[in-house]
Amino acid sequence: MKELRYDAVVVGGGAAGMGAALELRERGFSVAIIEREECLGGILMQCIHNGFGLIEFGEELSGPEFAQRMEDRVRAAGVDAYLGTTVTEMTLGEHTPAYLRDVSSPGATLVCVSPEMGVLRISARAVVLSMGCRERNRGNIRIPGTRPSGVYTAGLAQRLVNIDGYVPGKDVVIVGSGDIGLIMARRMSWIGCKVHAVVEILPHPSGLERNIVQCLKDFGIPLYLSHLTTNIYGRDRVEGVEIAPIVNGAVDYAQARRIPCDTVLLSVGLVPENELSRNAGVELNPMTNGPWVDSGMMTNMPGVFACGNVLHVHDLVDYVVEEARRAGAFAADWLEGRRPARELRIKAGANVRYVAPAKLDPSRDNKVYLRTLVVKNDALLEVKVDNRVVRSAKKAHIQPSEMIALTLGPAELGGTGPDAAVEISIQ
Amino acid sequence: MNDLKGKTAPDSVFDVAIIGAGVCGANIARKLSAYELDVALLEKEEDVSFGTSKANSGIVHGGFHDSHDHLKARLELRGAMMFDRLKAELNFPFERCGIVVVARHEDDMRAIEHLYRQGVENGVIGIEMCSRERMLELEPKLSPDTVGGLYAPAGGIVEPYRFVFSLVESARKNGVELRTGFEAAQASREGGAWTIRSPGGETVRSRYVVNAAGLYADRVSAIFGAEKFEITARKGEYYLLDRATRAKPRRVVFPVPTTVSKGMLVVPTVEGTVLVGPTAEVIQNKDDFATTREALETILRSGRDMIPSISETDVIASFTGLRPILGDDFYIDMSECVPDFVQVAGIQSPGLTASPAIGEYVKDLLKKAGLRFVEKIDWDPFMPKLPQARDMTPYELDEAVRRDPAYGDIVCRCEKVSEAEIVAAIRAGHTTLDGIKYFTRAQMGRCQGGFCTYKILKILMRETGMGWAEVTKSGDGSVVLKGEL
Repeated sequence: MKELRYDAVVVGGGAAGMGAALELRERGFSVAIIEREECLGGILMQCIHNGFGLIEFGEELSGPEFAQRMEDRVRAAGVDAYLGTTVTEMTLGEHTPAYLRDVSSPGATLVCVSPEMGVLRISARAVVLSMGCRERNRGNIRIPGTRPSGVYTAGLAQRLVNIDGYVPGKDVVIVGSGDIGLIMARRMSWIGCKVHAVVEILPHPSGLERNIVQCLKDFGIPLYLSHLTTNIYGRDRVEGVEIAPIVNGAVDYAQARRIPCDTVLLSVGLVPENELSRNAGVELNPMTNGPWVDSGMMTNMPGVFACGNVLHVHDLVDYVVEEARRAGAFAADWLEGRRPARELRIKAGANVRYVAPAKLDPSRDNKVYLRTLVVKNDALLEVKVDNRVVRSAKKAHIQPSEMIALTLGPAELGGTGPDAAVEISIQ
Repeated sequence: MNDLKGKTAPDSVFDVAIIGAGVCGANIARKLSAYELDVALLEKEEDVSFGTSKANSGIVHGGFHDSHDHLKARLELRGAMMFDRLKAELNFPFERCGIVVVARHEDDMRAIEHLYRQGVENGVIGIEMCSRERMLELEPKLSPDTVGGLYAPAGGIVEPYRFVFSLVESARKNGVELRTGFEAAQASREGGAWTIRSPGGETVRSRYVVNAAGLYADRVSAIFGAEKFEITARKGEYYLLDRATRAKPRRVVFPVPTTVSKGMLVVPTVEGTVLVGPTAEVIQNKDDFATTREALETILRSGRDMIPSISETDVIASFTGLRPILGDDFYIDMSECVPDFVQVAGIQSPGLTASPAIGEYVKDLLKKAGLRFVEKIDWDPFMPKLPQARDMTPYELDEAVRRDPAYGDIVCRCEKVSEAEIVAAIRAGHTTLDGIKYFTRAQMGRCQGGFCTYKILKILMRETGMGWAEVTKSGDGSVVLKGEL
């Protein structure tokens, strides 16, 4: 078993991992990225459409181009990348079993495995979690029916088409209107398949408005809002799905109808992939399924940071990189022994699903991300400290699929008591 | 499943042909493999254990559910005792975690008392009537309104398909010939032997035939001109919960049984996930493997009655299994209509538990019918334990990667399955996505194949030389890909 030591280890080499590693390396720390796939870039590699990079690079790029630019920076900075390497276990300090403990190095121990190097034990003073997320599947949304072949998550289908060059099916129904599903509706149309319907349970789409226009409307693909997918048919291969409208909050089975197809793609949400974190003792926020993090993006475990889609699911990769750079910088602060003098708790108020991070540092600017629970025009966003409104902003339109970002700093948070509570609500 | 080259010439005659490679056929085949006999195991599906044996609760029962005057109760008791030795020989996942039966009302305690008496009469060891406090101590996840119950410490859990795979591999190792994709469509008798024909015109000749065809035992019986009976299917739907669920009990949790079934259970599976179900609905169509909204709602409700922390957000899959029902007991006997034909029909619950004893029972029937049994001097009952990345310490895994780098490639992240294990499954003949799933657990975890399917497809094509059009989920028309760019 080989032993390695770094100042910081970044778990996952997608956009978030590369962003965090870059920042840490630029601050002079030794950094390793552990990536289970054969190349860096994560899910960007199968996102061959454009729309990435407007914030980070000031131009529109495809996913692989974005990934390549990030990788070039990471390589040039001197970050070590362990590819085809899986982290199987992460432990911290006294939680590390005796047979794995490296007494000379306090901090985290990661056990990794790769075909070339066998098992590696890496000690690090800081760890950045950036494992991304996974797709919810049929079992998670409990669609009844048979279990034939031809039911795929949209991301798997995207991988099969864009990287492996296979057509997963010809006559497609897409369940859920998440962004990957919308992108795949267009992609499947382009390769000569017929997309018969996109079926969304909510009264509004789950993906970005621009994707509804560019991927569905431009291709004449019908979008059924407020419809539940009630059954999947077919013995060996999918033969059809049944959908039923939701009327006044109840499924109207009398109006159920069947759409013949040979393929069902599921785009029904993403879940941060936190099994490694959870097993290590990282506490998760049930609203995001990502870790609770403080103003410095640190989890409840000292020296363990989180960013990107493993923290909460983002809409745009540019936001992921932005957040990851901050996480990397905070991890560097931690390695330099710097911690905020004081933190305030921040919580989700009315109509807000979650706020990340969960704590703010009143002495500097804090970037805060939140998602709303409602679709609303002319909404009023209010930030209160101990029930006193310190900031309010009008929003022309808000919806759950579009993340809201705002910055709170000394102007809003200064002069507050030690137990002051910050709350963000939407009216 | 791709077979090794048949060792027997086409015109030769087997001593015994077993129709159906489910848990009964597999146990019978393995039992017979210990003797100087030529045995064929015929399976119509692409892989073994693809019928009733793959979709059930995976329980080794406690021996208290049925009275001793049933054949199924006697075979259950005998079979349950045989699992420890079988595990020692074959290394399949099995554990005696114990069974509790939960009483939720004072009235239920009468039924509990009945089960207890039945268990004691059946000679079950260690069975105990429990107070509320004892129940909550045995199983802290139980609902606080539990009033008492029953505890059977010897009950256990087993991965049913892995059990079948181990039995079939052991049987093959000792000379049994397996033919998958062979459906017994016609039969005739000449010169003191049966000729069995597949729809494709292949034939197998055998002196004795065992009908272990599960749901289709009635059809097979008719093909041979034997007894007329009708197998009905009882449908059982299940939910599978993520291994991270908070609702995972320590023991198998049963409700008080109803007149039709043992009720819906909560099972901590031997591989760490949790199973909730089954429903019990008699259906007409033996092809009806669909889950239904109504049943799935009932499952969650019933599960929560016993363990309130069961959450729908933990569900990773749902599935259906069909039980072959013929009256309320097993039907295992020599045919009285035709010669040299053994019926093994109506093997419903507790068929999995009873199956090792069914193997012995059928051997005894064949012996009585005149088949000569001479023990093989070189019979090898042992199968090595499969090296699995998830069971290894970091040091063991490091060693394994040094021997075979493919152990270092974790293909299935959720269940921690390495490429080496996928390759081993394919080389053992499991060449469909489902076959690989049941053999290795890859695609069986929380992502349900979202991350690993494309990797498995590639390994499968590389190892077998299959083209993309030939890859199936479970054989026949279940093609996975529809084209290439």
